[in-house]
Amino acid sequence: MSTVFIAFQTNEETRPIIEAIELDNPAATVYQEPAMVKIDAPDELVIRRETIEEQMGREYDLQELQVNLITMSGHLSEDEDTFTLSWK
Amino acid sequence: MQIDVRTVSIEPVRKTFDHLARRFGNKPASRYQEGSYDIQAAENLHYRPTWDPDQELYDPNLSRIRMKDWYDLKDPRQFYYSTYTLARARQQENVEANFAFVEARGLQDMLPEDIVEKSLKLLVPLRHAAWGANQNNTLACGYGYGVVFTQPCMYHAMDNLGISQYLSRIGLLLGGVEALEQAKDAWLNDSAWQALRRLVEDTMAIRDPFEVFVAQNVVLDGLLYPVVYERLVDTYLASQGGQAVAMLTQFMTNWFTESKKWTNGVLKVTAAESDENAKVLAEWINHWSDRAVSAILPIVNSVLDERVDEMVSEELEAFRARIAKTGIQL
Amino acid sequence: MDTPVNKKKLSLKEKYSYLTRDLAWEPSYQKKEDLFPYATYEGIKVHDWSKWEDPFRLTMDAYWKYQAEKERKFYAIIDAFAQNNGHLKLTDARYLSALKIFLQAISPGEYAAHKGFARTGREFPGVGPQVACQMQAIDEIRHAQTQIHAMSNYNKFYNGFHGFADQRDRIWYTSVPRSFFDDAMASGPFEFMIAIGFSFEYVLTNLLFVPFMSGAAYNGDMSTVTFGFSAQSDEARHMTLGLECIKFMLEQDPDNVPIVQKWIDKWFWRGFRVLGLVSTMMDYMLPKRVMSWREAWDIYGEENGNALFNDLARYGIRPPKGWGDAAEAVDHMSHQFMLALYQWNFGTAFHSWIPSDNDMDWLSKKYPNTFDKYYRPRWEHIKKLEANGTPFKNYGLAKNCQTCQLPCVFTEPGDPTTLCHRETEYKGEHYHFCSDHCRDIFQEEPEKYVQAWLPMPQLFQEPINGDLEAWMKWVSLVDGEDNGDYQGSHDQTSFEKWREMATSN
Ligand SMILES: [Fe+2]
Ligand SMILES: [Fe+2]
Ligand SMILES: [Zn+2]
Repeated sequence: MSTVFIAFQTNEETRPIIEAIELDNPAATVYQEPAMVKIDAPDELVIRRETIEEQMGREYDLQELQVNLITMSGHLSEDEDTFTLSWK
Repeated sequence: MQIDVRTVSIEPVRKTFDHLARRFGNKPASRYQEGSYDIQAAENLHYRPTWDPDQELYDPNLSRIRMKDWYDLKDPRQFYYSTYTLARARQQENVEANFAFVEARGLQDMLPEDIVEKSLKLLVPLRHAAWGANQNNTLACGYGYGVVFTQPCMYHAMDNLGISQYLSRIGLLLGGVEALEQAKDAWLNDSAWQALRRLVEDTMAIRDPFEVFVAQNVVLDGLLYPVVYERLVDTYLASQGGQAVAMLTQFMTNWFTESKKWTNGVLKVTAAESDENAKVLAEWINHWSDRAVSAILPIVNSVLDERVDEMVSEELEAFRARIAKTGIQL
Repeated sequence: MDTPVNKKKLSLKEKYSYLTRDLAWEPSYQKKEDLFPYATYEGIKVHDWSKWEDPFRLTMDAYWKYQAEKERKFYAIIDAFAQNNGHLKLTDARYLSALKIFLQAISPGEYAAHKGFARTGREFPGVGPQVACQMQAIDEIRHAQTQIHAMSNYNKFYNGFHGFADQRDRIWYTSVPRSFFDDAMASGPFEFMIAIGFSFEYVLTNLLFVPFMSGAAYNGDMSTVTFGFSAQSDEARHMTLGLECIKFMLEQDPDNVPIVQKWIDKWFWRGFRVLGLVSTMMDYMLPKRVMSWREAWDIYGEENGNALFNDLARYGIRPPKGWGDAAEAVDHMSHQFMLALYQWNFGTAFHSWIPSDNDMDWLSKKYPNTFDKYYRPRWEHIKKLEANGTPFKNYGLAKNCQTCQLPCVFTEPGDPTTLCHRETEYKGEHYHFCSDHCRDIFQEEPEKYVQAWLPMPQLFQEPINGDLEAWMKWVSLVDGEDNGDYQGSHDQTSFEKWREMATSN
């Protein structure tokens, strides 16, 4: 097993994103650090557009993730609906 | 303990960084100055490039142009990353609004058939020419000397990429994926486009960063943009019912007007530096504008039946007048 | 048009491909080798550029839109910070030493990366990597500028920031990162990608930015937090580019594997040495600490690195040669380097200080196996000399490592009481190194490394000729203001005075 992770700035915009990630990735662990939230997950982490949209109550383009992203680890694959980090 | 630091009025101990005080005097510097002047390593470079040991890592001698101080080549727009990006973000919002306006009303389907055909024929192959411009500006940034000259080249390269993407979107909107495929085929094989493609490939072989800047930004774009966007799209096509197309190329028209400020400014300072510079610039401009005119003519011919030579020579005259104003005698 | 237009909805991937990949063409009026002259001399074989997978599929309109959003936020915060005397909310002004090192040593690297990526953005004969490199080129000038803009306000109130542009090219310790970036830029486009895109961005920037910026947040420096995290949002793109690039090289041809392995070995160690500066910033310069260098290494170095190298094992790649030595050195490097900085602090454009008892207790806790045993006694000794009025200054010059340019202050692997020193001879000249790995790097490419500009010998050459005062002037260092101990410095007295004004009536 290898850990993948992603980290975002802590702010109002990222709150629903983090919630969505927690819903979609039950195995993930969330760490609150100064000004930053880091999420670790074993081998794979999936971010789904739909879940974020439900949390936010508006349409969301996954490319918006960029704005508040701090760092990540793992191979990225991205399409309209999902943003996935994994170690194969 | 709550500290209310706002109420304290304290005297700064200095106004600016040393290198900016030396250039501009001891006063607060602008963000353009802070982000542009002397931020490139200037001495004690460690190694010579393994890709060309005759060069220095930052080498002012890659060009035939000589400047005592390359930081004289200020960008009159004073673009640094933030001002550049904010300006383009506003412009792209307008582009988005224009595309949305056209698409929401189905204006693309209401265009006269021959306007669609001519627009596709004229505009879509130019996305490849814009990619060539991107390559050339990236090279000018990578190997040019002095941040005030090279940073706008990088911004320009990204603009060129943006323009090639807008042209592709026009193709997709008016003719779908096939339009892009046909345009690429025209770019590669159609005789009307070969002089331009040859010219673009030849400019991509230039390694003098300043000559690339002149050949691409001053000469080729200086002739191509007024002919294509001002004369053919905004005037000719618009008068034939193609106003919707002109809405979709508004970015290019505005962008060219803005970028002339920069290119004119650079030419003026470079030519004023020395007679040798002015002579080299004139030589380049003469050489590349002959090539550009003969590359543009067949393209215009393929969409316009009459007054083609006249129109192109008018634009050439206007171009030469513009150059004369920068102090270069052709 | 006679055929009905087929406008099917394109997927993100297809659309991006039309808007980037499809823009280029095979030249026929010029030879491809003439348009991309540096693409093959390194020996990397590429059979099919179209196999490149785009990491982030950003078109320019989206790029402008999202980046403008970041820029608006960033400048709003630093404007407010300047208007409201935000600097007085710092935990303590000694914290600023970390920022001074950052501005003198790291920000110039951002600019170098900008320039280097503009070059690779032109030299790769494949559109996918070209566009990604170009976006990184424009991002990196952003980082240089936002850092200078954020620190401009500190420069108006504190010493040590004013001469960063001169110090970048002249002062001894900036030569470490400068030579790192110069080395990368002097390499071909593929090696540059391993150096900066992979080793620096993917393996090391997390260590540089993430814990450090959390530290800035802990210490009340919202301006640095903002530039740091704002830059990191771009780094996420850069990291994926670095990782994609290495996979691409490894997948294109098995002959690439040993070349890439050699570069990974080299650039991991080069990057690790640059991080020596960062380790002291984290362990010694933050008044309120968020995590130790060792803890940061465990998360972002060890754990993340192991995941990565496990993954790359399928291509026949093993962890970098210096990996084990690095892991051991992590418990020592910040202490060894801070001791060195303290004894040479007459020659640094930032302050250093003897750690307080409190600081030392924290260090013992974080470094249970090394601090009390090897480093506390040295600090206690220095403290005693200080108390006796004979402060410890080392006016002798250490030898610089010919490769990494750090003074040779590190110890032997497995023996923290013996200084590590290596030598080699090349064409009748003697060269010195801090470690086996730096010597190995030299021996791979001696013709390159003999050219290195070494800052210490410069002191004895024209125009300085061993005159310390002339040297200080030459490096734009104001003696008695920029350098020396934080205790009693202008920075300390002004900060305390201004804070006093702010907290009393
Ligand atoms: Fe950066
Ligand atoms: Fe980066
Ligand atoms: Zn070394």
